[in-house]
Amino acid sequence: MTVINGDGAQGISRPRGRSTGVAQCAAALGIAVDASANTSNGYNLPTGVTEISREMYALHMEVFWICVGIAVVVFGAMIYSLVKFRKSQGAIADTTMLHSTKVEIIWTTIPVLILIVMAVPAAEMILKIEDSRNAGLSIRATGYQWKWEYQYMDAADGIDLYSTLARPSNFARELHSGIDPNTVDNYLLEVDKPLVVPSGTKVRLLLTSQDVIHAWWVPDFGAKRSAIPGYINELWFKVDPGKEGTYRGQCAALCGRDHAFMPIVVQVVTPDDFKKWVADQKAQLKQPAAAGQDSGTAPPTTAQVLPR
Amino acid sequence: MPAAEAAHVTHEHHDEPAKGIARWLFATNHKDIGTMYLVFSLIMFFVGGAMAMVIRAELFKPGLQLVQPEFFNQMTTNHALIMIFGAVMPAFVGLANWMIPLQIGAPDMALPRMNNFSFWILPFAFTLLLSTLFVPGGAAAGGWTLYPPLSLQTGDAFPMLIFAIHMLGASSIMGAINVIVTIMNMRAPGMNLLKMPLFCWSWLITAYLLIAVMPVLAGAVTMLLTDHYFGTSFFNAAGGGDPVMFEHIFWFFGHPEVYIMILPAFGIISEIVPTFSRKPLFGATSMIYATASIAFLSFIVWGHHMFVDGMPLAAQLFYMMSTMLIAVPTGVKVFNWTATMWKGSISFEPPMLFALSFLFLFTIGGFSGVMLAIVPIDFQYNQTYFVVAHFHYVLVPGAVFAIMASVYYWLPKWTGHMYNMALAKWHFWLSTIFVNVLFFPQHFLGLAGMPRRIPDYAVQFTDWNMVSSIGAFGFGLSQILFVIVILQCARGGAKASALVWDGARPTGLEWTLPSPAPYHSFTTAPNVE
Repeated sequence: MTVINGDGAQGISRPRGRSTGVAQCAAALGIAVDASANTSNGYNLPTGVTEISREMYALHMEVFWICVGIAVVVFGAMIYSLVKFRKSQGAIADTTMLHSTKVEIIWTTIPVLILIVMAVPAAEMILKIEDSRNAGLSIRATGYQWKWEYQYMDAADGIDLYSTLARPSNFARELHSGIDPNTVDNYLLEVDKPLVVPSGTKVRLLLTSQDVIHAWWVPDFGAKRSAIPGYINELWFKVDPGKEGTYRGQCAALCGRDHAFMPIVVQVVTPDDFKKWVADQKAQLKQPAAAGQDSGTAPPTTAQVLPR
Repeated sequence: MPAAEAAHVTHEHHDEPAKGIARWLFATNHKDIGTMYLVFSLIMFFVGGAMAMVIRAELFKPGLQLVQPEFFNQMTTNHALIMIFGAVMPAFVGLANWMIPLQIGAPDMALPRMNNFSFWILPFAFTLLLSTLFVPGGAAAGGWTLYPPLSLQTGDAFPMLIFAIHMLGASSIMGAINVIVTIMNMRAPGMNLLKMPLFCWSWLITAYLLIAVMPVLAGAVTMLLTDHYFGTSFFNAAGGGDPVMFEHIFWFFGHPEVYIMILPAFGIISEIVPTFSRKPLFGATSMIYATASIAFLSFIVWGHHMFVDGMPLAAQLFYMMSTMLIAVPTGVKVFNWTATMWKGSISFEPPMLFALSFLFLFTIGGFSGVMLAIVPIDFQYNQTYFVVAHFHYVLVPGAVFAIMASVYYWLPKWTGHMYNMALAKWHFWLSTIFVNVLFFPQHFLGLAGMPRRIPDYAVQFTDWNMVSSIGAFGFGLSQILFVIVILQCARGGAKASALVWDGARPTGLEWTLPSPAPYHSFTTAPNVE
């Protein structure tokens, strides 16, 4: 079974040039884009690129192996009974075996202990996940049917971008489009304008929604939280330095017709590159007249739109 | 007294079922009503299954090939509503109707006319629900959980859906009242509660769950209705309401609802495993306490459906721990079933095969349930195919296989004929193999990052989706064998003895009656020593 493994493996299986919107956009801004990553192997959780996601993966594997251990014992006892105590093999039932307080206490206590073993590290992790203080960068992320808006705060205050499904995917995903999704780069996982964040910085998202409930999720960050109208939910992630690249996720709460078509793409750059990007964005905000190149985020002015 | 004699004669006359359609329309006999429930549930199983086939066909390949996204969402929403309220719940009510009077030595259900009413609501409710597929705006497409604000975007289907849910709730509550009144008042002399078969016990507890939570669902959907049409703002943030409050109310219903669909299954397995192990149930009393504990815990765990919606720290810890605690009584049940087989004399008739499949596969669903309870990793699993795999493992090889096991167990008692064992075994093997091909890869999809409820997906999810779809088609087709076995058995076949499973000598009052069970059974109460 060959499961195509995120971006890296697609690069191998299809030796096409990286002509994605993100890459073009980043290249235009003079930012080197690292090979983008999705650390899932196609059948398990990704280890991810944040401390939290790695801890989630470790806890997931720990719980998984505990379950496997219990399964071996319980299924082993069942299979042993089914083989050993078959009527066709002449087994005679021991009808006096009605109950045993001793074993029942044992098999009530042992699961409780196992659960405590799982619950303690889980509780510690929850404390860490919920601690969104001391963020280096805050961004307000708003869900819409069917796009995301990112409004930067702090040092990047004023930058405001809408992130929608990239056009090649949007054409290919139409019913009877005649376009093979396998020929589209990052099918359904590409946007026109990605969220750009610095590595090594605690990035805090303030999530809300303008219509229905959405959920922001990037598996590689171990970050998922609902965006609910009337609420502001906090979510934070801190990508390891050296793990710069493009990370992808999807809306994770059914939000209507195009729920499958509002991906999340995060471009993680070095803090220096981020400063450059912020300066560049702000410069474009100040000089709307320079628009005409389509890379800017500022909406065109009335003067530009109206016929002269 | 001549009047009494005359009444007696008329009564004798009614020992025969009424002729024609009147027998069914005006049915008050628990067996007739039970049969109608079971047939209705089987039809709904195929209707909901057809919707599942549309879903899996669309997901066979990336890209949209067959249906528009809005229709896909209608399919997922209505598949869930129909399978839960139309297939699984009515099947258990049908089994309760058939078996509770036979197992406790009662002549009928306590409230036969209400019994008729609670069944006949269902065809109308589902006609209404299914007709929403043809109204402007299409059927409900916001998921069976009906979360606002999305569910408020439903078109003309919206009030129809809510009225259908009210009807289903009324039907369920009436069915539950009937079960409780029957069990509390109509047990044969000498049958105290602790002597009562486990199936009746699990249904008694389930009935209390139903009465406790169906009104909550009714309240929740009524608030949706007034938000939509009467200008209230229960869940509308712009009007000072709270969309998350709906989730709390819904899951206060929704989590006990999960146990409403599995506790009667536990009861069935507790009947079948001892029979074919030729050994009494191990720890019968602790089984009852375990069932009651699960029922109690089911009321205090609902928040685990909402971890990603943002929740105070204390609430996250509380819901995580209370949810994990459910694993303890559930584990006790699995261990007791295993201990029942231990030193038994096991044979593998179709009911036992399905019960064994239940034991293994439901336990897998239990493992993924524990994983989902753990908040930090739930953040990764939640709203992905991992969740879809989890609840389908507990509902399909869990609840549905238990229903099939019970049909294969009691069908000869109902019809008086043995069924085609070879065909039933084919049905078992094909179902068990395909159900795993269908749902096991969905664990991988979820872990690899595929969200649930999407009609189209990124290309790295292609392979496991294909496998899952092939499993779905195989599983769907295998169920045709089930219908064939049942129809053949209803028409004829080798005569079944009173015990049906002579080699296994099942215990319980239902086996003291001839097969088929007479139209009116236990007109004189049997004595239980």
